[in-house]
Amino acid sequence: MPDNLTELVNGKGLALVPKAEGKQSLKDYKSDQEVRWCPGCGDYAILAAVQSFLPELGLRRENIVFVSGIGCSSRFPYYLNTYGFHSIHGRAPAIATGLAASRPDLSVWVITGDGDALSIGGNHLIHALRRNVNLNILLFNNRIYGLTKGQYSPTSELGKITKSTPMGSLDRPFNPISLVLGAEATFVARTIDSDRKHLQSVLREATAHRGTSFVEIYQNCNIFNDNAFEPLKDPEVRDDITLRLEHGQPIVSATKAVVRGADGGLEVVPRDSVSEDRILVHDAHNPDPSVAFALSRLDEPAFEHVPIGIFRQVDRPSYDSLMQGQLDEAVAQQGRGDLGALLHAGDTWRID
Amino acid sequence: MSKQVQQLDRVIIRFAGDSGDGMQLTGDRFTAGTAEFGNDLSTFPNFPAEIRAPAGTLPGVSSFQLHFADHDILTPGDAPNVLVAMNPAALKANLPDLPRGADIIVNTDEFTKRNLQKVGYETNPLEDGSLSEWRVHAVPLTSLTVKALENFDISKKDAERSKNMFALGLLSWLYHRPTEHTIKFIETKFARKPEIAKANVAAFQAGWNYGETTESFSVSYEVKPAKLAPGVYRNITGNQALALGLIAAGVQSGLPLFLGSYPITPASDILHELSKHKNFGVRTFQAEDEIAGVGAALGASFGGALGVTTTSGPGVALKAETVGLAVATELPLILVDVQRAGPSTGMPTKTEQADLLMALFGRNGESPVPVVAPRSPSDCFDAALEAARIAIKYRTPVYLLSDGYLANGSEPWRLPELSELPDISQEFTAAPNGEDGTTFLPYKRDPETLARPWAIPGTAGLEHRIGGIEKADGTGNISYDPANHDLMVRLRQAKVDGIDVPDLEVDDPSGEANVLVVGWGSTYGPIAAAVRRIRKAGGHVAQAHFRHLNPLPKNTGEVLRKYDKVLLPEVNLGQLAMILRARYLVDVIGYNRVRGLPFKAEELAGVIQDVIDSA
Repeated sequence: MPDNLTELVNGKGLALVPKAEGKQSLKDYKSDQEVRWCPGCGDYAILAAVQSFLPELGLRRENIVFVSGIGCSSRFPYYLNTYGFHSIHGRAPAIATGLAASRPDLSVWVITGDGDALSIGGNHLIHALRRNVNLNILLFNNRIYGLTKGQYSPTSELGKITKSTPMGSLDRPFNPISLVLGAEATFVARTIDSDRKHLQSVLREATAHRGTSFVEIYQNCNIFNDNAFEPLKDPEVRDDITLRLEHGQPIVSATKAVVRGADGGLEVVPRDSVSEDRILVHDAHNPDPSVAFALSRLDEPAFEHVPIGIFRQVDRPSYDSLMQGQLDEAVAQQGRGDLGALLHAGDTWRID
Repeated sequence: MSKQVQQLDRVIIRFAGDSGDGMQLTGDRFTAGTAEFGNDLSTFPNFPAEIRAPAGTLPGVSSFQLHFADHDILTPGDAPNVLVAMNPAALKANLPDLPRGADIIVNTDEFTKRNLQKVGYETNPLEDGSLSEWRVHAVPLTSLTVKALENFDISKKDAERSKNMFALGLLSWLYHRPTEHTIKFIETKFARKPEIAKANVAAFQAGWNYGETTESFSVSYEVKPAKLAPGVYRNITGNQALALGLIAAGVQSGLPLFLGSYPITPASDILHELSKHKNFGVRTFQAEDEIAGVGAALGASFGGALGVTTTSGPGVALKAETVGLAVATELPLILVDVQRAGPSTGMPTKTEQADLLMALFGRNGESPVPVVAPRSPSDCFDAALEAARIAIKYRTPVYLLSDGYLANGSEPWRLPELSELPDISQEFTAAPNGEDGTTFLPYKRDPETLARPWAIPGTAGLEHRIGGIEKADGTGNISYDPANHDLMVRLRQAKVDGIDVPDLEVDDPSGEANVLVVGWGSTYGPIAAAVRRIRKAGGHVAQAHFRHLNPLPKNTGEVLRKYDKVLLPEVNLGQLAMILRARYLVDVIGYNRVRGLPFKAEELAGVIQDVIDSA
């Protein structure tokens, strides 16, 4: 590894992953397994988007690994002709951490859901983000438990009526974007299953980011929580409520604009009520996550207006680079490990 | 003045004091001097869980016991010949272990009214005659130390803190220990505070001179060096040996070592030790919890590293699901359990052997995991290499069951030549293994070992998916087929059952024994010492010790059935006994104590004798 590893790879998420020789196509990434999600599931659209995006990266397919936990989304690795590890509930970030920390030459993806990542695996998620492990984490958020057949999830709205909450759920949901910004994630984005172009544009940036890229994907579960994100898909209202986040651009929907409020927070106002220069210009590279956090709070109450896009994208050394750096430093200081010398270290004596 | 020198064949010393008195350091240094001198030795540190319990109280007492001899010994000794008690609490806590006639060296300065009251002494035991059956050496250690250091530019508090070095100097004189290394050690330890270093050296020398001149000690003792096997030795604790064994396993397998771990007593020292050796390419990852520790280790193994996690019982409980995943995905993984007294938090600094059944069975489904247990502190090195050999060759998680007694105890270790270490390397799978020459079958097994291929990411043409869902034989595709599941369950079991473990060796020198004593793990020392006592007294007893708990050696049933009676002492309520009884239908007699302490040789000798007498 070169000494200036951190410098070399920052902002270049795939710099250490070997490139494929020939041109790749979608076919290269389809596995021979029959896809078994419910007909109409949003997971199909995400799978198709990822399969058709991967050839664009031009990586050696064998250097890509998809790791998942448990849940509908976690079947994802079986359907990609890369290396894959379908693990146990909530633990994918931990398993992927060991893999990514010891193999900087791999592009490691974590596929997870709202239950997997935010309930049983919440601890691993925030710690992976804090460490900035070199991972792309795609959280399929359908706001329901699908595989266990329809209980409320940690992102279900308050008062959700389900099999396990016939009188309505009592616990406030997590806002995944707010949560991961709180853990100081270095790359945070939100996209939606039905907008392939946007989804792929986010993946493009996510893979270019070295460190943990966190992408929340709104995903429709047509069996247990159908139309959960309908306002964002409905041609009548979607352009009004979708606030597109683009670095360096004013944050607006067709009819609304984001401005700084009198109390220092952010407010959404009719676009035609303010002059252009008052509209907040998105700065995804701001080292301070406060404004990104304020943006993440704008969809309370839900679906009046929803920021979509990259909330935050900052450079910080990734965990594997730092770990490799210490290994290199140890060799520089102590010399390469010599087992014989190690065993004989300390006070020894000889008996003849 | 020339003093009498008496020859002894062995001595057991216990240093005891407040946890802030530096007793572990004092014991360590005395041990280093003893090792340098060439005695065989064995140590047993015993310290409170509290980092600093209230000063002068019974819960705050920390002790370090050292047994050294002119012959090879097996345990840190049953009862001390000498107790160094730095305060009334240390005296009170340790007196019950002290045989009549033993020497007691006490720091009289600490026997104040207040300190006596703290531990419930109504009168001063140094004055009320209650210690008349012991040989008491009343030494004002603190004031002598302060006086010896009065010309140093250090605070009174720092001077008082050097009293452990005064005690070390006195004991070093009493037992003719070499001093050079201790002086060098003090100078290195306090290199940044030269005045403190000088003061500690002066305190150490003052202690030595005090022994030489005072009338309180009329005799000093010599214990000649032991005649051990030729070679280079160092003194080592179980945790250190285990860490070095893991590094050696990395070197001997050619795999980068990856440790995922969460701090827990008494296993943390392995994490600390491995963290110092990054120049071997060792990656140490302090995880957010026990589950992430083993998860990261398994992820690293998937990527071609030798994944290791280190923990104690409560951590094993948390890791169970991931261990099951490792069983299903058939990846190499080493799980180190430094057992401690349970259940639940139990007694974290005290030893026990009660995790055996958890290691064997503590997972959902039919989930066989090989188990290896070291028998002594230095054996942790070899056991770690053996666990790694099995993990790599058979692509399986392996439990390595150490315990608190082995972890912190120490003994001389004859350093192996590098050429003596086993080659445990295996090739990664590099080419498709299907009959068509292009397909890769991740669950097509080696016909001999039943191990599946280990194809790591980055290997072109071998892209495949693994996971915890049942897999079809060969292809590894998801399968709910009833017959396939039955087959896979049996294949995983057959793989572990078929691991090449050596036969159980029986030590039965006379060939006339009717009674066999078996054990596993850290009970080796006390059992072997007890067996020696029986034989020395003319009795006959056979001994065998298990290193492999799963699979058990193939000759186990044959060995057990050869003897009229089989005795199995365990620091649990009979876990291995249950397995042996169930598997071999042998009426194994258990001897079980769970006091958080190792067995004593005398105690076991009595138990063995009772069984012999009843045979």
